[in-house]
Amino acid sequence: MRFAFTDDQKMLRDTVREVLQRECAPEVVRAAWEERPEGVRSVWDTLAETGVIGMTASEQAGGMGMSELDLVLPLEETGYAALPGPIVDTAAVGIPLLEAVGTDAQKDRWLGPAALGEARVVVSFEDQAIVPYAGSADLLIAERGGAGYCVPIAEASIVPERSVDRARELGRVSFEAGPHYRMREDVDVSASFALGRERAALGTAAQLIGLCRRMLDMTVQYAKDREQFGKPIGAQQAVKHRLANALIEQEFARPMVYRAGWSMATSARDVEIDVSLAKIYAGQAARFVAKQALQVHGAIGYTIECDLHMWMKRAWALAAAHGDAAYHRERVGRHIL
Amino acid sequence: MDLTFTDSENAFRQECRSWLEANVPREPLPSGDTKEGFALHIDWEHELFDAGWAAVSWPKQYGGREASLFEWLIFEEEYYRVRAPSRVTQNGIFLLAPTLFEFGTEEQKERILRPMARGDVTWGQAWSEPNAGSDLASLKSTARRVDSGWRLSGQKTWSTRAAFCDMAYGLFRSDPEQTRHRGLTYFMFPLQGEGITVRGVDRLDGDEGFAEIFLEDVFVPDTDVIGEVHQGWEVAMATTSSERGLSLRSPGRFMATASRLIDLYHRHRDRSDPVLRDEVVQAWMDAQAYRWFTFQTVTRMMQGESIGPDSSMNKVFWSEMDVRTHETALALIGDALELDEGSESSVDGGHWMKGFQFALAGPIYAGTNEIQRNIIAERVLGLPRK
Repeated sequence: MRFAFTDDQKMLRDTVREVLQRECAPEVVRAAWEERPEGVRSVWDTLAETGVIGMTASEQAGGMGMSELDLVLPLEETGYAALPGPIVDTAAVGIPLLEAVGTDAQKDRWLGPAALGEARVVVSFEDQAIVPYAGSADLLIAERGGAGYCVPIAEASIVPERSVDRARELGRVSFEAGPHYRMREDVDVSASFALGRERAALGTAAQLIGLCRRMLDMTVQYAKDREQFGKPIGAQQAVKHRLANALIEQEFARPMVYRAGWSMATSARDVEIDVSLAKIYAGQAARFVAKQALQVHGAIGYTIECDLHMWMKRAWALAAAHGDAAYHRERVGRHIL
Repeated sequence: MDLTFTDSENAFRQECRSWLEANVPREPLPSGDTKEGFALHIDWEHELFDAGWAAVSWPKQYGGREASLFEWLIFEEEYYRVRAPSRVTQNGIFLLAPTLFEFGTEEQKERILRPMARGDVTWGQAWSEPNAGSDLASLKSTARRVDSGWRLSGQKTWSTRAAFCDMAYGLFRSDPEQTRHRGLTYFMFPLQGEGITVRGVDRLDGDEGFAEIFLEDVFVPDTDVIGEVHQGWEVAMATTSSERGLSLRSPGRFMATASRLIDLYHRHRDRSDPVLRDEVVQAWMDAQAYRWFTFQTVTRMMQGESIGPDSSMNKVFWSEMDVRTHETALALIGDALELDEGSESSVDGGHWMKGFQFALAGPIYAGTNEIQRNIIAERVLGLPRK
């Protein structure tokens, strides 16, 4: 038993953290809200240079052949920065799906560019018509009627939908499910997409932990700086206890996410239960921390001018994405009862 | 990261399990917080010690097996899984012993540890006073310097099981010139003898689990001071994280409660609804969350990190989880929840109501959860004290 990340894993996290600190300041997220995605484009390119976007691709495809566990900390950092863009879809879900289910021609055309960050991949699971970042992606991988499809975005129809988190660029996707887009049929397609769903839930949970940490950091700083009654509001016990509760929620969610990463990387028994626990705790923590953060910020937190709202709205969206608490709790319930 | 147990950890688990299954009393013992129950629990403690299970993580010379922290957690999981008797030696083994290992002299360790672990000498805590609870540093009990020792006077209260124990430990003001955290000394003292009166106090659940201790000029030799004279606060605080954190409440206890709750759910399913079902699932998940949080913490400790104020998060989490879990159980039981221990028609021998009342103490003892939240806010998050 050793519940800790390796130095290499922490180094990769630090690299991603530095890139995002430098290139994904809140102004960049805000620009994405205002349909000025240039900053996001450039941070995506820098992340691609670090290898993190293609890290799960096999080495022959230009990746590092790394596992779900290796990806957890980098994804947590993308949550901390509220990085807009389909990094979970591309790095955690799309690239492994392309490798597992893509035909040779599809892989030849897309795998290299995806691993190098040149092609952004989004994934649409069965019955999931609305896909974040669809408009600005290059490739759609979709599961329809038990089959996989690999569709260049230029050939799909994308009708924009408005997310409460404008940076998510939602689009309702449709395409002609013809044989020319069809992925392989001689492999277990539904098992591959099922695994993709777990990876999406895990990656989202990791981002939620990052969102928590950032909201809490912002709020602790605000509580130290903001003075009322002649002292920082953070000196008031009522404020302290809110923030202590927020930290507890966050810190008990974290190991659940890390453990699910390990379970996926090692194909542990009952791995989907571990993923459900991760998603439940991370989503719950993020929603809880968001609420405390808003209350402690007071009226300024209730404005678009204050950065907090971008993190809160991402948290609301991601807590419900890829299975909300009710969905995952039901899955756990069936397992244990 | 490797979240599997090693072969030797698995073998250790097997060894714990075999011994416990063969030796744990078939019928649960009466509460260890009553006079007759206490005596039966002490017999059990002798048995545990003689087989080498009383304090598995201790050095062999004191009766331990030098088990790693993970092995200790495994032992605890197995211990609670088979519903072995509660540990009436706990305040000695898990709370005083860590202080002795860190600050005690060789003579003290030689003299005190083995009898403590065997249950030959039993220990109670004596921190709180009538006017010093959460604000422990305002304590008034005094220690007066005399030839080759000290004279202790004052009143301590809420001492768990002190009505049955042999010895206690706590802080006394040894330097009358100093105030608050300064000028306190950490003493061990007897609970019987001249100048000592111990009066049992019935707890919420009716057991005589508490006691008040009155001391009038009670002699204590220098050899019963732990750490430096006047440095008692530092000595006491160095090991409070043991009390708040895992040594007091390891995950095994809550995992066992959660699986008994699931068993209760199956028996009372007809009364359940989706809300109660979700609460049962939540209880199981929370026990898992506490387990993995603890494994992460123990990994840090084994890598040489000290845990410090982070242990306050443990304490808030386990104590509030324990209350919720018992509330869920009582909701499953319905109106029969009022049938207490000793009532023939009670569900599971009234165990859940008893456990609920015990759980309600969790957010209060070992530093109230309000104090823990202050610690988290000030010492982990860095918010200003005033």
